[in-house]
Amino acid sequence: MSVAIQFLVGLVFGTGLIVAGMADPAKVLAFLDLGAIPGGNWDPSLLFVMAGGIGVTMIGYRLVLGRSRPLLADRFALPPANRPDVRLVTGAALFGIGWGLAGFCPGPALVSVVTGGLPALVFVAAMLIGMALARRLAIRHALPPPLPLPRS
Amino acid sequence: MTVSGFTPLASLVGGALIGLSAVMLMLFQGRIAGISGIVSRLLPPERDGQVAGRIAMVLGLVAAPVAYVTITGTWPVPQIGASAPVLVVAGLLVGFGSVWGNGCTSGHGICGLSRFSLRSAVAVAVFMATAIATVFIARHLL
Repeated sequence: MSVAIQFLVGLVFGTGLIVAGMADPAKVLAFLDLGAIPGGNWDPSLLFVMAGGIGVTMIGYRLVLGRSRPLLADRFALPPANRPDVRLVTGAALFGIGWGLAGFCPGPALVSVVTGGLPALVFVAAMLIGMALARRLAIRHALPPPLPLPRS
Repeated sequence: MTVSGFTPLASLVGGALIGLSAVMLMLFQGRIAGISGIVSRLLPPERDGQVAGRIAMVLGLVAAPVAYVTITGTWPVPQIGASAPVLVVAGLLVGFGSVWGNGCTSGHGICGLSRFSLRSAVAVAVFMATAIATVFIARHLL
């Protein structure tokens, strides 16, 4: 049941990306290209995707998070409300550079695995390597500092 | 698909579908619909007890064009202009950055902003700024 639901979530998410035009890197880049504004070629569609997505999610979360627990899990797993830190900003900055270089972020890249040919596969393979590297490094960083040796 | 310019209605509807899927995941599983988090937690060095669900969600994303062609009769064809070396660098940066910064356009951009998360607001502002700067340099300065 839970697995079927998550397949459906991926399917609806991916279909939404395609309908929105966001599974196409060319259209994403047409939004990010603010330099095209003077020439009248800027495509603000991504703002409408954000508006539709955030509008529905904001209302839906408000209703859902009023429950004591999710339907198929013991509790809601929400990220802790820590303060922004250097690591968050560094990661987001690197992510943005990559996003601007190819026009792909993780969702649209996965949606393009079937339709995007070799270029999409190259991007996804590199993305998975980048994720694995970051996870390895993050776990090393998360280790507690070594305890001082006991004085003998 | 071709870039046919501004598509406010389709983009609003598509965005609403993305929102619907995020709400579904929270309602049923109690989790944030962050694609980078869902994918990266399938990778080594550690896994949790959610492997089957994560794989199912990735398969749903991969299968989305099939759902789309079934409904509309046309395959969505992404236009990927970047060369292979650029795709490799871009993929590494997107993968590394999304894990290092705890989220991507979905987790921070849709889910985080919908929860009024300060961290997500900062992340979105930063990645929008560097993405816009990157495109500006690539298209107008180089």
